Amino acid sequence: MLPNIVSYARFRYLWLALLLIAASMALYFSQATDGAQPRNGGTWQGYTLGTLGALLIVWLSLLGVRKRSYRSAMGRVQGWTSAHVYLGLALLVVATLHCALQFGLNVHTLAYVLMCLVVLSGIYGLYVYLALPGSLAANNAGRDIAASSRELEDIDRQISRLAARGDADLSAVVDSALELTRLGGTTWTVLRGRDRSRVRVGSTAVDNRDQSAVIAHLASRVPRASRRREAELLNELLDMFGRRQVLLRRLRRDARLRGLMQIWLFFHIPLTVALLFALVVHVLSVFIYW
Amino acid sequence: MSRSYHTAIIGGGPAGLSAAGRAAAYDREAGVAEPSYVLLEGHSTFAKTIQKYQKGKHVMAEPGFLNLRSPMPFEAGRREDILGAWQERLQGEGIHIRYNAEVADISGTQGDFLIRLAGGEELYAENVVLSIGTQGNPRTLGVDGDAESEFVLYTLDDADAYRGESIVVVGAGDAAIENAIALAKQNRVTIVNRRGEFSRAKDGNLSAILAAINDPDIPLSCLYESHVAGLELPGDEGEGALLLKTPSGETRVACHRIIARLGTIPPRKFVESCGIKISSPHLDAVPEVDRKYQSNVPGLYVIGALGGYPLIKQAMNQGYEVVDFIHGRETRPADYELLASQFAGLPYAMDPEDVLDLYQQRVPMFRRMNPLAFRELIIESRILFSEEGASVPGSTRERETVHVPADYTLYRNGEYSSSFYTLVEGSVQLQLEQDGPWHTLSPGQFFGEMSLISGRPREGSAIVKRDSILIETPRRIMVKVMNSNEEIREGIDRVFIMRALLAAFRTGIPLDELGEIAAGITPKTFEAGDLIYREGEQGEELHLIRRGRVALSKGGDGSVVNQLHSGELVGQMALMGAPTRRETASAAVRTETLPIRQPEFLRLVGQSGDYLPVLQQRLSDNLLQINAMASRSEAARTVNFLMQEGMGEATNALLIDESLCIGCDNCERACAETHGGISRLNRREGASHNQWHVATTCRHCELPHCMKDCPTDAIRRSADGEVFITDACIGCGNCETHCPYDAISLRYPAAKKPGLLSWLLFGAGDGPGDVHSASPADANSRKTAVKCDACRDLPGGHACVRACPTGAAIRLGPDRFTELVSVL
Ligand SMILES: Cc1cc2nc3c(=O)[nH]c(=O)nc-3n(C[C@H](O)[C@H](O)[C@H](O)COP(=O)(O)OP(=O)(O)OC[C@H]3O[C@@H](n4cnc5c(N)ncnc54)[C@H](O)[C@@H]3O)c2cc1C
Ligand code: HEM
Repeated sequence: MLPNIVSYARFRYLWLALLLIAASMALYFSQATDGAQPRNGGTWQGYTLGTLGALLIVWLSLLGVRKRSYRSAMGRVQGWTSAHVYLGLALLVVATLHCALQFGLNVHTLAYVLMCLVVLSGIYGLYVYLALPGSLAANNAGRDIAASSRELEDIDRQISRLAARGDADLSAVVDSALELTRLGGTTWTVLRGRDRSRVRVGSTAVDNRDQSAVIAHLASRVPRASRRREAELLNELLDMFGRRQVLLRRLRRDARLRGLMQIWLFFHIPLTVALLFALVVHVLSVFIYW
Repeated sequence: MSRSYHTAIIGGGPAGLSAAGRAAAYDREAGVAEPSYVLLEGHSTFAKTIQKYQKGKHVMAEPGFLNLRSPMPFEAGRREDILGAWQERLQGEGIHIRYNAEVADISGTQGDFLIRLAGGEELYAENVVLSIGTQGNPRTLGVDGDAESEFVLYTLDDADAYRGESIVVVGAGDAAIENAIALAKQNRVTIVNRRGEFSRAKDGNLSAILAAINDPDIPLSCLYESHVAGLELPGDEGEGALLLKTPSGETRVACHRIIARLGTIPPRKFVESCGIKISSPHLDAVPEVDRKYQSNVPGLYVIGALGGYPLIKQAMNQGYEVVDFIHGRETRPADYELLASQFAGLPYAMDPEDVLDLYQQRVPMFRRMNPLAFRELIIESRILFSEEGASVPGSTRERETVHVPADYTLYRNGEYSSSFYTLVEGSVQLQLEQDGPWHTLSPGQFFGEMSLISGRPREGSAIVKRDSILIETPRRIMVKVMNSNEEIREGIDRVFIMRALLAAFRTGIPLDELGEIAAGITPKTFEAGDLIYREGEQGEELHLIRRGRVALSKGGDGSVVNQLHSGELVGQMALMGAPTRRETASAAVRTETLPIRQPEFLRLVGQSGDYLPVLQQRLSDNLLQINAMASRSEAARTVNFLMQEGMGEATNALLIDESLCIGCDNCERACAETHGGISRLNRREGASHNQWHVATTCRHCELPHCMKDCPTDAIRRSADGEVFITDACIGCGNCETHCPYDAISLRYPAAKKPGLLSWLLFGAGDGPGDVHSASPADANSRKTAVKCDACRDLPGGHACVRACPTGAAIRLGPDRFTELVSVL
């Protein structure tokens, strides 16, 4: 058992984050509430909180740099990520205290909203990092996914060879099931785990999700088989499609889980970039209208 | 009438060519009309080994410290250029070479050797030089017309060169299978198997060939239990035929070509049939020769790779020298200067050749060694001289006397080094285990054999006293010496056993008695998976492990409850009052043990005194460990899995916790970015069990398979244990073949990465973290071996582990497996 991002170094960064939150709270409540000046960015405490928040944002963004500084001897990326997660969450408190929930239709609030979106996407990312690797490994059951792909190719070849032994109608159905099987596709289909496979029975192509249509079709033909050889062939095909179904499920699930572990970064990173811009504008405008 | 020669040179590789060139020079000097020598080459061109190198291979002129002395030119360069230069010189000098003249047999004595060629022709020679290399010759079909031709091929360079032909492939090994499958892409192929199944092939090839045979879409068929009975050479239509005896009678298979892949006949048999003695049964043992390359058969000389010198330059120098010796000229060997500088810093006023003789006499174990091998040992070793006031030497490897200060520590406990030390003058203080007692060694004695044999880090330290002289020999050379000389192997073994017993039992028993016990112990070898003893058996002996690793399992479901490494005892309970074995012991990797029976055991521990409680404590620790693991069967099965994956010999392996791995491949990117753009690890490949995945990369074995026969000694191990490849690599691929874990590959250096801006803006080349493509960056680049070096040059350590964002990657050795699988 190895420590994960959360339990890294015995929750060292959790304590750091809690400390940071406590300090920010103390700072916030130390502000005078005489009504002359609301508790917001305008007081010295507010400035301190704001500076802290901005520094945090910059530091959090630097994870992307550290992750690519492969020669760096500055700790492990895992440690950085652990700190990133905890300090990122603490940032939510720091920034909220800094703005004291004073919102409006302006660039300041935009920065705040963007920050919340980054944090939210981060929380989702943390969730997938913690929850999905186990499912991914369980799905592959100790084999590497390339082996499953090879096995699928192998089964497809065997199926088409078997199908060639049946009558024209049967082999047309089976071949179309192979041909119209869809793995992958757009990012969206992959992530939803959608199966757009079809099979042509007669002249129309029908939905063959999870290979169920072709399996049902084969099963329905078995009792109607006129010769023993045909029945045997159908049974063998059924068997093969059963194995194919399992493999396809595994491959689809694999792609889906992998996708989920990556896709959120496509929100997290661009939102970070947007946030950095908004932050710069926010800080500049504050100084200009001082 | 058959011709008679002064000298017959057999084998036209670099060694033979050089010898023939030298012989031609003697002829020219003497002004003879007819050549007095002949160079017999079995192949249709010269230097077959080099002709078979991959096209465009960059041939290296190692070792750099040795000068070339040959009438043939040779410098580092492309294979084609080197062969071209030789061809030119062959013609220019009018060298008397005969092609397709494979020698089948040599008999007779000096002055009157009878040489019989494969075709039946006979020749006579007064002296014979054997320079046939070690590559062996392909086994032939054994029927009329089977000489290598356009129709019958014994190798296949390029399967794509043939299209639309009917081809018969004979053989059932990996080479035959790979050829057949490659050819079947564009040709009709029949593979002929002497047996009923393909049992000799690797698993991957086995399933591939069976699939191809059963696949009607692939034009490949198989004839089982079929023997070659004859062949018909092609007539004008271009088709010949192979005649076969099959279970259903004789068949004729018409074909355009026959590719026979029946393996090679190693030259050893041939060499022995000439009367040359090879004193060790070991596979890579070399014939014994004297200082003039003469074997035990007077007049019969052995040079080049066959004599154990695996490099072109050495082979060429020996070709020159041997002809001088045959002509009675006392040339100084090309390495004389090297010898001289090795000894230059010593306080003697003697000729280096005499120092060499003196040293060989001073060390009893070396006395019986052949002088040429001893000479090589000295040249490849470091000569250490301890002097009051000398400074600590750097690590550079110059061939000159190394001065060290008095009381210098040669090695420390826990350090990875495996060189072997021989003391020729002065004294050395030696420990056999950490914090163990000190022993004093005197001239003629040796040490360092423990790590040499086990590959484990040093046990205990060694300190050299003042005014001492030591020979420090690299493991590679020592292994070669031990493999070709039984006496030396036995001598080292005996001392090893005595010291191992001393270290294991700290026995106080007198040395002669210890020697007696040691002499009665025969080491046992177990291959990976072999049983040492079984649960429930009555045990009569314990095993002291001397190399490898032993896994203890219980209950027969393959749960490993403990694993022990060299230096540790297994099965001692049986001799301590509980003879029934409580667990099954098997070798996790190739393992050697020293079995010790009750009477010897009692004699040993009877004198252990204070140490007995320590031994007892270790035993109960072991039992506790076994007990703890036995109750946690999942953990025990995981350790079993790791052992199955060969982790028993690892010292530093990369494991991935799949419950944390998000598949981002940042580990691979980190590896590539810190190692010239080429990742040395493949995260996805490799087996998994529960959540543990063994990634495909170097695990830095205790006794690295890859180091076995690297011709330039380019693979090294640092004191911290990292196994790495230096710039001396010539890309021969031996290490790649030897590595059982696919951790080494031959690669072109990666192209230089473009600057970040030009990549971003113009899409030039590979971006940061991109895995580079497998083609050469420029025409002059050459493939060399690459593997994980455990980031020995990076201050932070393993880049793969440090780059993992989720902490899924971990590096460790088997000693920490139990800790790994224990619950938090
Ligand atoms: C892939 C590879 C790469 C290498 N790269 C390098 C390198 O870069 N630099 C380097 O220095 N070394 C390199 N080596 C090692 C080098 O090739 C050998 O050390 C060298 O070829 C040995 O020369 P030789 O003359 O002793 O034997 P060989 O070169 O093996 O020559 C033996 C000759 O004898 C012939 N023969 C065999 N049996 C008979 C017989 N019964 N009758 C007649 N003729 C016979 C063979 O046909 C052959 O031509 C490499 C080796 C390999 C395999
Ligand atoms: C404003 C706050 C944040 C900013 C600016 C920010 C920015 C970043 C950046 C730039 C990266 C690097 C991505 C890459 O290069 O691959 C990253 C990664 C990540 N962030 Fe955030 N982040 C913030 C908050 C959070 C929070 C609150 C969490 C979790 C609770 C979080 C979780 C992560 C995770 C898990 C990664 C992935 C690490 C990896 O795969 O290497 N982030 N973030």
